[in-house]
Amino acid sequence: MSTRLQTGGRLIDRNQRLSFTFNGTPMTGFAGDTLAAALLGNDQMLMGRSFKYHRPRGVVAAGPEEPNALVGLGQGPRFEPNQRATTTELFDGLSAISQNHWPSLNFDIGAVNNHLSKFFPAGFYYKTFMYPRAAWKHLFEPIVRHSAGLGKVTQPGDPDRYEHFYAFYDVVVIGGGVAGLQAALAAGHAGAKVLVMEQSAHWGGRAPVDGVEIDGKPAEDWVSATLQALEDMENVTLRSRLMGAGVYDHGYLLAYERVSDHRPGTAGPRHRLWRIRAGRIITATGAIERPLSFAGNDLPGVMLASAVRDYVVNWAISPGDRTVIVTNNDDAYRTALALQMAGLIVAAVIDARPTATGALPQAVRDAGIRVETGRGIAKVKGRARVEGVALCAQAGEGAVLEEIPCDVVAMSGGWSPVVHLWSHCGGKLTWDAAQAHFRPDPDRAPADQDGAPFVIAAGAANGHLQAADTLRDAAAAGQNAAVALGRDPADGTAARANAVAEEPLLPVWIMPQGAGPDLRSKMWLDYQNDVKVSDVQLAAREGYESVEHTKRYTTLGMATDQGKLSNINGLAVLSDALGSDIPQVGTTTFRPPYTPISMAAIAGEARGDTFLPLRRTPMQDWHDANGADFEPVGHWQRPYTFRRGGEDRAAAVKREITNTRTNVGLLDASTLGKLVVKGPDAGKFLDMMYTNMMSTLKPGRCRYGLMCDENGFLIDDGVVARLDDDTFLCHTTTGGADRIHAHMEDWLQCEWWDWQVYVANLTEQYAQIAVVGPKARALLENLGGMDVSAEALPFMGWADGTLAGHPVRIYRISFSGELSYEIAVPAGQGRALWDTLLAVGTQFGIMPYGTEALHVMRAEKGFIMIGDETDGTIIPQDLGLDWAISKKKDDYLGKRGQARSHMTDPDRWKLVGLETLDGGVLPDGAYAVAPGSNANGQRKTQGRVTSTYYSPTLGRGIAMGLVHKGPDRMGEELEFARTDGTMMRARIVDPVFYDKDGEKQNV
Amino acid sequence: MSETVTALGGAHYAGYATITEQPARGMITLRGNLAEVAVKNAATGVAGVDMPDLRECHIVDQRGIAWMSPDELLVMVPHPEVASAVSTIQQTLSGLHSLVVDVSDARALFRIEGSGAREVLAKLCPVDLSPAAFGPGQIRRTRLGHVSAAFWMVDDSAFELVCFRSVAQYAFDLLKTAAEPGGEVGVF
Repeated sequence: MSTRLQTGGRLIDRNQRLSFTFNGTPMTGFAGDTLAAALLGNDQMLMGRSFKYHRPRGVVAAGPEEPNALVGLGQGPRFEPNQRATTTELFDGLSAISQNHWPSLNFDIGAVNNHLSKFFPAGFYYKTFMYPRAAWKHLFEPIVRHSAGLGKVTQPGDPDRYEHFYAFYDVVVIGGGVAGLQAALAAGHAGAKVLVMEQSAHWGGRAPVDGVEIDGKPAEDWVSATLQALEDMENVTLRSRLMGAGVYDHGYLLAYERVSDHRPGTAGPRHRLWRIRAGRIITATGAIERPLSFAGNDLPGVMLASAVRDYVVNWAISPGDRTVIVTNNDDAYRTALALQMAGLIVAAVIDARPTATGALPQAVRDAGIRVETGRGIAKVKGRARVEGVALCAQAGEGAVLEEIPCDVVAMSGGWSPVVHLWSHCGGKLTWDAAQAHFRPDPDRAPADQDGAPFVIAAGAANGHLQAADTLRDAAAAGQNAAVALGRDPADGTAARANAVAEEPLLPVWIMPQGAGPDLRSKMWLDYQNDVKVSDVQLAAREGYESVEHTKRYTTLGMATDQGKLSNINGLAVLSDALGSDIPQVGTTTFRPPYTPISMAAIAGEARGDTFLPLRRTPMQDWHDANGADFEPVGHWQRPYTFRRGGEDRAAAVKREITNTRTNVGLLDASTLGKLVVKGPDAGKFLDMMYTNMMSTLKPGRCRYGLMCDENGFLIDDGVVARLDDDTFLCHTTTGGADRIHAHMEDWLQCEWWDWQVYVANLTEQYAQIAVVGPKARALLENLGGMDVSAEALPFMGWADGTLAGHPVRIYRISFSGELSYEIAVPAGQGRALWDTLLAVGTQFGIMPYGTEALHVMRAEKGFIMIGDETDGTIIPQDLGLDWAISKKKDDYLGKRGQARSHMTDPDRWKLVGLETLDGGVLPDGAYAVAPGSNANGQRKTQGRVTSTYYSPTLGRGIAMGLVHKGPDRMGEELEFARTDGTMMRARIVDPVFYDKDGEKQNV
Repeated sequence: MSETVTALGGAHYAGYATITEQPARGMITLRGNLAEVAVKNAATGVAGVDMPDLRECHIVDQRGIAWMSPDELLVMVPHPEVASAVSTIQQTLSGLHSLVVDVSDARALFRIEGSGAREVLAKLCPVDLSPAAFGPGQIRRTRLGHVSAAFWMVDDSAFELVCFRSVAQYAFDLLKTAAEPGGEVGVF
C-alpha cells in the first residue's frame, strides 16, 4: 500500500493539515502536497480508468507529463474535467472525482472492453464503422457517443475572472530548475532585463531530489541562495506558477499563470495569460523520463523511477513497501538509494544492460541491494495493483526465470529533453544516439525577423543530463542571449556541480527484446489513449510509414498529454517495425500549448459586458428607457422600433411610418459615417472616389453619390455636402464609416500620395437627428434660431446655424421621401437637442422611429440600401443608377471594371419593383423561378428579392428585386418560390412606389 | 452656449487603480506638414507647450499637443476655448494645406491613476508599460481590448486615455475589470 512516511518531505508542511474529498471520500493531506501526492498518502493508488479499455490506472509521473491521474476538479460552476492530479496543488476543501468509470472507480462495466481488446486493434473505428452505411447513424454513433469523451463537460456560468497581461523582456527563461536559475543569473549579470518562469510553485527542479551538490553545498542551498541573488537584481523578475505555453514568430511567447487555482474563490483572476515579447527565449525546460515497454506496464503501481523518488523525497510518500526498479541506465539507481534512505525495501534493480559498473550501481550494490543485469521484466503480476514481477532475459523471448513479489515497479527508459517550446516555432532536432533521445539542433534554431536564432535551449532540455554539464550549458546560454542583444558579457561562470560519472544507457524499446505477440499486446505506449506496442506494429504492417499518419491511425500521442511519455517510445517501435532508423522516421509535430491551458484564459477579459464593444450613440440612454427594440448594425445597437404598450414589432413599425408620413418623426442617425475631406485636390479626389462628379458641387449644396471598388462593384453610398471650396463632408453608411475612411486613406497614402488632401473621421463628433415629415419645418421653426424655410434652406442644401441654442448644421436631405432635415449637433449636446425636439414636437404629434420604419420608407421611395440591394457583386448599372455615373469624367474607381464584358452583359439581372398580386409580402431572398432545370437538376431562376416589406402607406406588400432584363419587362408576372414549396406571384413594376415625382420632399 | 455632456457623466471606479471619466476637453485634430514652422507655431500657439516629436505628448493641465502620426497632431485646450482655438489655428494656417477640426465631442477621456495604473493598461494594451520604456512625455496609439485608444502619462503615476465616445462604456468596463483588487501583477 502507499502511505505517508513519518519523516521527511521537503515540500510539505506537516503543521498545516488540509482536508479534501476524492469521489466523496474525506481524506487529508498537507500544505505543499499535490493532489497526486495526497491521494497516494491516503493509499489511493487507483486514480482513474483508461479511455478505451477502461483499465484501472494509477499515477505514473509526478509532473505535467502524467497521462493517467486526470480528475474532475471542483463543484458546480467551478467543476473542471481532466485536471492533472500531479500538477494540482492541494488546498483545503478540494473536491475531486475520478473519470471515465461507470458505475464506480473500483467496479467499472466498461472494463469489459479490456477483455475484448483483441477486437479493438489500431484503426478499429476506421475498419468497423464503414459498412453497412446506415449502421453508423442508427447503431454505431449512438454507442460511440455514449462512451466517447474523457471527463464530463463543465457547467455554464464560470464565476471566475481571467485576464491577459502584456510583457516585454530581453531574455525570458522558461524553467526554474538549476539550469534556468543559472541561465538567468548569467543573463542578469550581463544587464539584460530577464523574466524567469517556473510552472510549479517550487523552484529548483529535480536537482534537490537527485542529491546534486553545487558549489560544495546541497542543491537546495544553492537554489535558495541563487533565488535570493536573482531577487536582489532589479533587472530580473521571478515568477512561479507561470508556464511557458507556446513560442511563436518574432519572439512572441504565451505563458499561462495559474494565479488562484490553489486558493479558489479568492479575489483576483483565476488564470492570467501572459503575452510576452522576448528578445531571446531560453528553454530550460528539463527532461522527461521515458517508460519502458514491458507487459503489464500500465498496472497501478508501475511508475517512473524519477517519480517514485520525487514522491519519497518531496512529499514523504511511500508508493509501496517493496519496489523493483527496472532500468536501462544509471540514473534510476538514484531511486534505489532514495528508497533505501527512507527505510523502504528495494527488492531488486533489474538492469537490461549486460553490465552495470558505474558509480551509482556500485553504490547500490554497496548498500546491499540486489542488482540483476541483462535482465528484463517479462510481465507484471497483479490485476488492479502490482503484486510482483516475472524476470526474464532481456535478450530472450520472455521465458520466466524468477518471480519477485513487490507492490511498486519503478521504471526508467532514459530521459528525453523537453523540446516542445524549442520546436513550436520551427526549431529542429537532432538524434543523440548515445543518450537515445532527440535534442535541439543549435544549427537549426527558430529564427527571428533578423534571421538570428531567438530560442536557446539550456541544460537538460538541451541534452545535458548531468548537473555539471547542465550548469555550464545554462550559464553559456544566459550569457549568449544577453550578448546577442548587445549586452556586455559579464560574469558568465557556471556554478560547479559534483560530477557523478554515469555509464551509457542501452536503448530498450521493447522488454524483452524478442517478446511475442502475447506480451506485445500488453505493453502500453500511450496510457491515456490505450495504444500498445502491438497497435503501432500493426499500423506499420498495414502500410503506415509516416509517423504523422501512424499517430492519427493509432491515436498515439493524441490525448491530453500529447504523448509526453509515449512519443519517443512509439516512434522507436515504429522505426523498428519499418526497419528504418529513428531519425529517419522523425517525430510528430510539437504544437502549442505545452500542456492544456484554460479556454477562459485565452478569452481573457472578453466575456460578459466586455465580450464585444457595443457602440452607443449620445441618445442611447433615451432609447434604452423608451421601449427601443434593438438590432445590431455594425457594432452599434440601433433601435429597430420603439414599442408602446402592448404593441408588437409590426404594429410599432406601422405606427411610426404612418405618423412620419402624416405628422413628424424623429430618427437617431448619429451612426452615419461623417468624413471630412479637405485640400486643394479634394474635388479631384472625390471625383475618383465617387462615380458622379463631386468637383462641380457648389458650396452650400448636397449631392447623393455612389462609391465603387476597383472592380466596379458598389461598396457604399451617401450624401456629400460641399462645405467650402476646399472642403467636403462625405456621409457614409453606418457600417461603412471606418471601412470607407480606411479606403480613402489607402488611396491617398499608397497611390495618390502627392495629392493635397486630408481626411478626418468626424462620425462621432456629431449626433445626427433626422426630423422627418410634413410638420418638420413647423417644428424647427418653433425651436427657433435659424431660417429653415424652403428659400433659405432648399432641398439638397445645407446651412449652419443655431437651433434652440445649440450650434447645428442642417442638411435638407431625405431618405424617406418626406420633407426632412438632418441636424448635426456636437455629440455632447445631442441628447439635449433630442429631448427638446421631443418636447416641442408633442404639439405636432412627434414620434421617434427606428431602422425598420426607415427601411420601409426608403423602399416605398425605391431607394436602394447597401447590403440589401448590393452584395459585393452588384454594379450601379444593375440598380438603374446610371444617372449617378458621370459620363464626363476621364476616370473614377470602378470605371474600368464596369466596362468589362460581363459587367456590360445585357443578361445581367437588374433592379425592378415587385408588386404581389394578392397584396401579400414576398419572402426576403426568394427566387423568381424560370422554366426548366439546370445541370444539377435544380429549378432555373430569373431573379431574386432584395428588399421586401409591408407598406402601411400603400396597404400592401412591396418589394425590390433583381430580375433578368427586368426593366424591359414591366408588367410581366413572375413566380417566386417559397420555402414551403408554394409559389407567390408578383408583377414587375417601377421601384418607386410612392410620390414618384418627389414633390413631398421638395417643399 | 449649451452644456456639453460627456459620454458617462464622470463615471468613477476605485480599484487598485482609479478610473475616472474626465470632463470635456477641447481637442483639435490638426493635419498638416509637421515640419512647417507655421504648423508648429499654430499648434504651440494655442496649446502653450513645446512641439512634440515622434510618439511624444506634451501636456500641462488641460493644454497639450500629442503627436498622432507623421502628419497629424492632437491639440488640447480647455473645452470652452476650443472654437476660438480652431479658428486661430485656421487663420494662422490660411493658405497652407492643412485640416483643422474640432473633435472634442468625438472622444471620451479617462484618467487612470495610482500605483497600479501601469499594470491595468498592460492588461489591455499590447504596449511595454515598464517605467524604463514608457513615461511622461510619451504617447501610444494602440488598442484597448477591441477598440482603438491612445494614452499618455501626465505624471509618474497617472495616465490619460482617449477613445471614441461611442465605446466609452466598453472602455470603462474594461479598465474597471482590469483594476479589480486581487488582480495585482506586481511586476512594475
